[in-house]
Amino acid sequence: MASEKGVMLLDFWVSPFGQRARIALAEKGVQYEYKEENLTEKSELLLKANPVHKKIPVLIHDGKPVCESLIIVEYINEVWSDKAPLMPSDPYQKAQARFWADFVDKKVYDCGSRLWKLKGEEQQAAKKEMIEILQLLEAQLGDKKYFGGDSFGFVDVAFVPFTSWFYSYETCANFSVEGVAPKIAQWAKRCMERESVAKTLYDPKKVYEFVCFLKKKFGVE
Amino acid sequence: MAEDELKLLGMWASPFAIRVRMMLEEKGLSYEYIEQDLLNKSELLLKHNPIHKKVPVLIHGNRDICESLVILQYIDEKWSKTGPPILPIDPYDRAIARFWAMYIDDKLLPSFIGFMKATTEEAKAEKIADTRTALELLEGAFKKCSAGKDFFGGDSIGYLDVTLGSQLGWIETAERISGAKLLDEAKVPLLVDWAKRFLTLNCAKKTLPTVEQLEKYARELQVTRWKVATAN
Repeated sequence: MASEKGVMLLDFWVSPFGQRARIALAEKGVQYEYKEENLTEKSELLLKANPVHKKIPVLIHDGKPVCESLIIVEYINEVWSDKAPLMPSDPYQKAQARFWADFVDKKVYDCGSRLWKLKGEEQQAAKKEMIEILQLLEAQLGDKKYFGGDSFGFVDVAFVPFTSWFYSYETCANFSVEGVAPKIAQWAKRCMERESVAKTLYDPKKVYEFVCFLKKKFGVE
Repeated sequence: MAEDELKLLGMWASPFAIRVRMMLEEKGLSYEYIEQDLLNKSELLLKHNPIHKKVPVLIHGNRDICESLVILQYIDEKWSKTGPPILPIDPYDRAIARFWAMYIDDKLLPSFIGFMKATTEEAKAEKIADTRTALELLEGAFKKCSAGKDFFGGDSIGYLDVTLGSQLGWIETAERISGAKLLDEAKVPLLVDWAKRFLTLNCAKKTLPTVEQLEKYARELQVTRWKVATAN
């Protein structure tokens, strides 16, 4: 991991956290080397680049590693500041963007995982929570084109990878995102019109296959 | 409320609220502090942080800013011309500071709080070990970030100094309750020195509760909320 010039991303294909980094890099038009990690057999490079958490994604820029997906996205935005700003310039708008990206981080993945891992009453509780989360996000989006307003921004990048998991959440817990949060469903479609998103997200059916694989692995019926 | 009036909803023992107060002190900003009862949440708190219903909340004019690390960055950007920067200027250094702040809140704090909540000897030992591991990693972080200077932020305190500094009272409380040395000069000498320096600062003296107050509070929580049987 010497001071090699260039940008490298250590990642795992279906990770929504990794996808945040990929989308940000694509929005900025940054050339980078993508390295797929085997999470059951982590590479020397990953262990060296992220010794604290040993997780992906890790962005390695000129030999220096940056870890944690939202930190990576802010870094990308600050370094490649000449194009496609992902943050507003006003400090209060920035605070709002950081708050909501943090909200997505704290809530969506965890609740989503409970939707496919659990059954019965526990799953119903997770479903109720997911619907609340989606509706809060919908209220925040309102009638805007994106969470960032007219421009695709930080919260959009933070949340959009999870849209490819909607089908899995819906199928496992028997509900419809469009039914509970239609503006979010429309926003997801709008985001897919962006090349950065369309080229990064996997088909929801493929994500569902992966969820089924995980369910088998964790012994969930 | 006037456009530029500042209010902070906080709680005396919350390191999250304390770190914001530390930074407001450092920046020399006047604000009205409103203590919150977290067991009996006020209308004010529920109005200004409806999503998480937690402290701290910075109310700036008619704007609410929630989440302590978001608040610190807001203060940094809004009052960028007042005093030294809170976060470093270089994007890579900023990423490192953000990384370690997350680590402090996600790994260090839950370890020593987890110790105080633990009900078995095994769980207690595990949490003490986790706390020590986290502090050792932070020793390395301090070495890199300070680059030989007094603080994580260099010559002046910054993001990481207040994020960790706001927890010093609690760390000492955990030491008293456990009888285990956590900020051990044999293991984390740089952090021990940093802590001594940090505690002499005005922003620390004005905002940190005493260890006596925290220990009493922690022991109360152990009995009433965490249901931990205590020996003393």
